[in-house]
Amino acid sequence: MRIELEARGQPSVLMTWLSPVIAILLTLLFGVLMFVLMGQDPINALYIYFVQPLTSAYQIQELIVIATPLILIGIGLSICFLSNNWNIGAEGQFVMGGVAGSWVALTFHGVDGWWILPLMMVAGIIGGLLWALIPAFFKARYNTNEILTSLMLTYVALQFLDYLARGPFRDPDGFNFPESKIFSPSATMPLLSDGGRMHLGAIFAVVAAIVIAIMLWRTIKGFEVKISGEAPRAARFAGFNEKSMIYFSFLLSGSLAGLAGISEVAGPIGQVLPVISPGYGFTAIIVAFLGRLNPIGVIFAGLLLALTYIGGENAQIMLQIPDDATSVFQGILLFLILACDTLVRYKVKITGFSSRQTTGGEG
Amino acid sequence: MTRYLKYITAAFLAVMLGAGANAADPLKAAFVYVGPVSDHGWTYQHDQGRLAVEAAFGDAVETTFVENVAEGPDAERVIRQLAATGQDVIFTTSFGFMNPTVKVSERFPDVTFAHATGYKRTDNLTTYSSRFYEGRYVLGQIAARMSQSGIVGYVASFPIPEVVRGINAFMLGMQSVRPDAQIKVVWVSSWFDPGKEGDAAKAMIDQGADVITQHTDSPAPLRVAEERGVFAFGQASDMIAYAPNAQLTAIIDDWSGYYVSQVQAVIDGTWESQDIWGGFNTGMVAMAPFTNMPDDVAAEAQATVDKISSGELHPFQGPLFNQAGEEVVAEGEVLDDGALAGMSWYVKGIEDTLPSSN
Amino acid sequence: METFIAILLTIVSASTPLLIAAMGELVVERSGVLNLGIEGMMIIGAACGFAGAVMSGSVFIGFLIGIIGGAILSYFFAILVLNFATNQVATGLALTLAGLGISGLIGKPFAGITIQREPIEFLSFVNDIPVVGPMLNGIDAIAYFGFALLLAVAWFLNRTRAGLILRAVGDNPVSAHTLGYNVLRVRLYAILFGGACAGLAGAYLSLYYTPFWAREMTAGRGWIALALVVFASWLPYRLLIGAYLFGAVTILQFHAQGAQINIPQQFMASLPYLATIIVLIAISAKQTGRAIHTPASLGRIFVPDR
Repeated sequence: MRIELEARGQPSVLMTWLSPVIAILLTLLFGVLMFVLMGQDPINALYIYFVQPLTSAYQIQELIVIATPLILIGIGLSICFLSNNWNIGAEGQFVMGGVAGSWVALTFHGVDGWWILPLMMVAGIIGGLLWALIPAFFKARYNTNEILTSLMLTYVALQFLDYLARGPFRDPDGFNFPESKIFSPSATMPLLSDGGRMHLGAIFAVVAAIVIAIMLWRTIKGFEVKISGEAPRAARFAGFNEKSMIYFSFLLSGSLAGLAGISEVAGPIGQVLPVISPGYGFTAIIVAFLGRLNPIGVIFAGLLLALTYIGGENAQIMLQIPDDATSVFQGILLFLILACDTLVRYKVKITGFSSRQTTGGEG
Repeated sequence: MTRYLKYITAAFLAVMLGAGANAADPLKAAFVYVGPVSDHGWTYQHDQGRLAVEAAFGDAVETTFVENVAEGPDAERVIRQLAATGQDVIFTTSFGFMNPTVKVSERFPDVTFAHATGYKRTDNLTTYSSRFYEGRYVLGQIAARMSQSGIVGYVASFPIPEVVRGINAFMLGMQSVRPDAQIKVVWVSSWFDPGKEGDAAKAMIDQGADVITQHTDSPAPLRVAEERGVFAFGQASDMIAYAPNAQLTAIIDDWSGYYVSQVQAVIDGTWESQDIWGGFNTGMVAMAPFTNMPDDVAAEAQATVDKISSGELHPFQGPLFNQAGEEVVAEGEVLDDGALAGMSWYVKGIEDTLPSSN
Repeated sequence: METFIAILLTIVSASTPLLIAAMGELVVERSGVLNLGIEGMMIIGAACGFAGAVMSGSVFIGFLIGIIGGAILSYFFAILVLNFATNQVATGLALTLAGLGISGLIGKPFAGITIQREPIEFLSFVNDIPVVGPMLNGIDAIAYFGFALLLAVAWFLNRTRAGLILRAVGDNPVSAHTLGYNVLRVRLYAILFGGACAGLAGAYLSLYYTPFWAREMTAGRGWIALALVVFASWLPYRLLIGAYLFGAVTILQFHAQGAQINIPQQFMASLPYLATIIVLIAISAKQTGRAIHTPASLGRIFVPDR
């Protein structure tokens, strides 16, 4: 059996909408299989994963708390990926945003002022932006592979944060434990509701999605983003500068990741810890793809991914399903989304065993 | 379908009413773990305690656990979810769960919380920890007796007070029988990285250490000791299966008694928030059987355990000196719990500089 | 002298899993595919290998099963990136995610068990040679296998026709396709080889290095292997230097600590990544036009026209 792909002249509109649905249905089917193998009632398990979190006001808020960083980062990455710039170091940019903003928070610890939080946000954005500038600069200057540089920089950032949390940022009254002081109220994100942890960052995420969506669909810059990715040569003929697009996409996604980072530290965490992200920067790559690199789609994708996290925790609490099962689940979901994505651009043909030699073609 | 309606109703009720167990219902106890139950160390021992609760109360208590909970925002959600879904007692078993536990405890005043190894308490949040250093003092004594070279390798995780206290207690134990004993400390900057822990143990053996001890969680250093033909000690639980010829003994974290007593106190309505720091005398710290050593060494170790247990001996009793040789505790006094809790200095004789002790 | 040999042997066993995993990824990347799932394939190799060894009672069979486990996981990757033309970066990350989860499920029943590390010393006759003898004898079979693999890969890439085709596919899949080579098949074999190597490296961790199974025991070694490939600028011999350099730094920093030389751990931990970034920039800054060793089509999707 061979699987062959035939490029569609135009991306299929039907498939654009249908493919995520197919992927999710297939994931559910896989879930049923997995839960049966684990000796669980599959319907009950799926209910706990995907429905039960939506039945509690608190968990819906938590859904938004997790989705907030995923969406903020995912939007920036969408612009990167659309323009063929492979920033996969968002995790590092998230961390550096958190570090830069925390530095402001700790410097002015105990000082009261409305300006502290905005200053932290600006610092966070700059932190993420500068960290993204490194791979962008070297890609623009020397054509250095940005996938590798941005990924490697992530590990450097993680170590840097660890160093700070155990050293300079450590709370002097905290018995040497690796955590900073808890941020003062004027350095903490305002909550959007009483009794939950949903914070201002959620508004940032929605605003960012709308602004970027308008930019993408209604402005020349948006056209430039899309054309740079789809037809780089045409973009060059149209007079678009490839280098400026590298900087634009990296700095935009770095800023958003940095903003997400400081929002997380000043929000749900409230202090500097040696680890501030359970891999949001990487999960956001899944979110960007699941959202079809569409800023509005990313909102839904972020919420769905957040749902699998919370559902996974609930499944552990209620059914004792190990959290490894949640990792498998997320991995399979991403596999299937990626595979179904292919349907948008290609017709998939399954042919028999004939090993017809592929010849010719101009690519 | 009715079944699913039931789930939905139950979920709603849980949210609406908060946690309030019906008198007829069993008491619900939940445990939040930082690692996997299968780690055969820290988390495994806590889960043994959970099983002891199940065994002790039968149908009267229902337990659940969540493993591999990341320290940080995830922890708060998990703890809160447990509190919101009708758990009556919640044990959070890692230092990093401290602030999340505090936050949730304030929101759920009717739920009882217990946080291991932390220092923040509220009306419905108690703290508990073990005086592992008592065990480490005994390990030090055994190590000094069993070492030919007089050099012991110490695989350490992070320079937090808990670990520093352990190193000091171990050193004092060694010095009590062999004043010239040396200790080599290697920081691996991880609680759990079998490869690195093993490499660190090898490095110290290569530098002349012939007894290895560790304050990291994997059995890798023991395995290395087994293969290199030197001695070692188990961590958190009896690890003799990993090193039948190398393990001299192990410090066992035994939480069973504490968990059972806490659950009992909640049932009886006598529970109160306090700081429990249990040692040999409470059974919270226990030693695995003394193996691979001569009888006189085992007897001496047991005598030390008994003396510490009865209060006759305190590992940190004066005179105590710091690395610079200054007297910290005078003759006839002991270091108080506050000083022990925040310990960030080495005792005299340790040839290591505490990392980032700025 | 004995200490010196012992330290050297420790370095060898710390470097071996990095070398083997990176060697596999090197071949994959030379064929133009970037598989970021090394960590996932390694941990699967560790879990399958240990489970296999415990159930069969044979460490050798354990290694085989570890290799097969890694290869099977990489096959899923291959189907997606080759047949479905999915994005390699995202697919590789998904592979790591799934691999960590699956390995946890596979390994769960085997936690808390240890196995006897079988002496895989097979050169006892050289023991009589002073200094070199005990050292040669002390190096384990898998480490020797790692050296052999290195020679084989170097020979394959530079001296064989198949190696030439593989490099052609990595540099310019369109021309390779035009010349009648089956680009996807070449890449499939490369990916499977990479998966098998990562599986072997993982099995080495659980069967020889520690030897026991623990969740997430690879502790980021897959990412270091990825960095090493780039650090070596895709050249097998440099990979040997890179892997051993890194292994040596890891081990020697413990000795340095024992000798009271304290460098921030975090700096040491980020060293391989920093070094890789610098090498990467240096290579690309030197390049004029076309790449010398860098596979030109690395990470790009290729769909053959019929």
